[in-house]
Amino acid sequence: MSGLISIQHLVKTYQRGSQDIPVLRDINIEIESGDYVSLMGPSGSGKSTLLNLIAGLDKPTSGRLLIGGVDIGSLSEFDLANWRATNVGFIFQFYNLMPVLNAFENVELPLLLTNLSKAQRREHVEVALAMVGLADRMDHYPNELSGGQQQRVAIARALITDPTLIVADEPTGDLDRQSADDVLRLMERLNRELGKTIVMVTHDPKSAAQARRMIHLEKGVLVTDGEAGH
Amino acid sequence: MKKARYVLRLASRNMWRNRLRSLLTIAGIAVAIISFGLLRTVVDSWYAGAELAASGRLITRNAASLAFPLPLSYGERIRRVQGVDQVTWANWFGGIYIDEKHFFPQFAVDADSYFKVYPEYVLDDQQLLAFKKDRRGVVVGSKTATKYGWKLGDQVPLRGTIYPGVWSFTIRGIYHGRDDKVDTSQFLMHWDYVNENVKAILPSLADKVGIFVVNIKNPSNAALESQAIDSVFRNSLAETRTETQKSFQLGFISMVDTILLAIQTVAYVVILIIMAVMANTMAMAARERTREYATLRALGFNQAFVYSLIVGESVSMAVVGGGLGVLLTFPLAKGFFSVTRDMFVVFDVTPTTITLQIMASLLIGLMAALAPTINSTKIKIVDGLRAVT
Repeated sequence: MSGLISIQHLVKTYQRGSQDIPVLRDINIEIESGDYVSLMGPSGSGKSTLLNLIAGLDKPTSGRLLIGGVDIGSLSEFDLANWRATNVGFIFQFYNLMPVLNAFENVELPLLLTNLSKAQRREHVEVALAMVGLADRMDHYPNELSGGQQQRVAIARALITDPTLIVADEPTGDLDRQSADDVLRLMERLNRELGKTIVMVTHDPKSAAQARRMIHLEKGVLVTDGEAGH
Repeated sequence: MKKARYVLRLASRNMWRNRLRSLLTIAGIAVAIISFGLLRTVVDSWYAGAELAASGRLITRNAASLAFPLPLSYGERIRRVQGVDQVTWANWFGGIYIDEKHFFPQFAVDADSYFKVYPEYVLDDQQLLAFKKDRRGVVVGSKTATKYGWKLGDQVPLRGTIYPGVWSFTIRGIYHGRDDKVDTSQFLMHWDYVNENVKAILPSLADKVGIFVVNIKNPSNAALESQAIDSVFRNSLAETRTETQKSFQLGFISMVDTILLAIQTVAYVVILIIMAVMANTMAMAARERTREYATLRALGFNQAFVYSLIVGESVSMAVVGGGLGVLLTFPLAKGFFSVTRDMFVVFDVTPTTITLQIMASLLIGLMAALAPTINSTKIKIVDGLRAVT
């Protein structure tokens, strides 16, 4: 494994009026390629903020955030969008699928930013949906799928561009235990079989235990960083 | 190209997510576009008579006011002016049939020359002859004849206003228009007959003419011919004012200019109102989709893609509503004309009006998308992803 994410003296503060609210204080983390990391901590600990920074959705106030050798904090909005499209797959707590698109179209969405032909896109989408076990649900709209199935469509969408990094924000937070277990098993497969680097925010110790490494934050400070429990 | 197709697909599907709201908005746009079209057509129709006026036709009237007549003898002097082809004359009769609501224009005209000057009034030779032979005879336009179910030989009583008394006329002819733009609402009686009676009851108005209608040989000389006619009567007791038929009719229209301006203003205000309604609809729709837009941006789509989704949805809705409005304008204009035939000679929805309707629809769509588009730029991705919708 080689270093994929290098977080150096990362600080993030939000401004509320004239007041600076520190959310992350001097965070230093190295994440290897192919690692599976869970970020844990109580509400307000800064774990979602850290995930957003790693995903290139937000910019640090200070410090460096190198991903694959690219200092994403220095990229323009335009370059950052392109970088996300190529390098990051997203899994959200509430799936964030487009309700007016069917499963196939939702998974195909990120491929619109590539130069693939229609036939190539179809092939990719069919493979991705087959991988998450939803090959027979391509024409179904999100409201015709269960929560677990919707999350699997979202995982297929996260995979479709073959990103190096997958970020997941409470991916099982809206699911029943059975569906949550299915999703976690799927994520573990992505990590183990496809070598995807996964960074996941979770409140759920069982979900966190699926990861190889667990990072615990409290009040914006890294408290513990070690192997997860499995 | 594939992104454009996706934008269209997403925008059109998004449009129907809240069907009731979209249908009501589309109905609102359609009604606004129809109103805009009809109001503009009302204004156009007021001007249509003037626009259709023959270019080589002049009207000579008293320079002081149309209320003051001119001596009949002026007709012969006008005829002698170089370049004049034909001359006829007419007096506004202004009688009442049944009551004031049953209005149609009535003129006392010279039977021998009137239909020569107005070749667009097509009258059967036999009927013209019958009209000429009967001093109490009248020729009626087909529109008015149809409206009242009149036929040849029917008696029509009119109560005089300018010329007192009850007048009884016999229909001897029904004229048609050379085309559907010709006014076929007129009621034309013998000037001689009216004048004969006026001599007895209002001698001061005898042998007087309201207007002379002059056809000139060369329409491009209208200005010079007008000056030439007026110069004949300069420094006389009744100086004349000669102008083209178009200017003469526009002079009448200028009397209701303010009303026409008000109608035009209302037409544009209607568009502004629906623009505000549509902007509200789009603001609600965009707010509901905040998380979806943030998701798209997270996936790597740029802000322009999100703009195009908002604009696409807004314009799609405006185009559907506008298209419906344009299509419905035609039958509604026809229906409107059928109940307002007395007011308008023509009531045609012009290509300019249709173009303006289409442009207004597009403008509604674009302007309605403006506020939500600007708002979407202010929302950070991370905030958008947290949005509760």
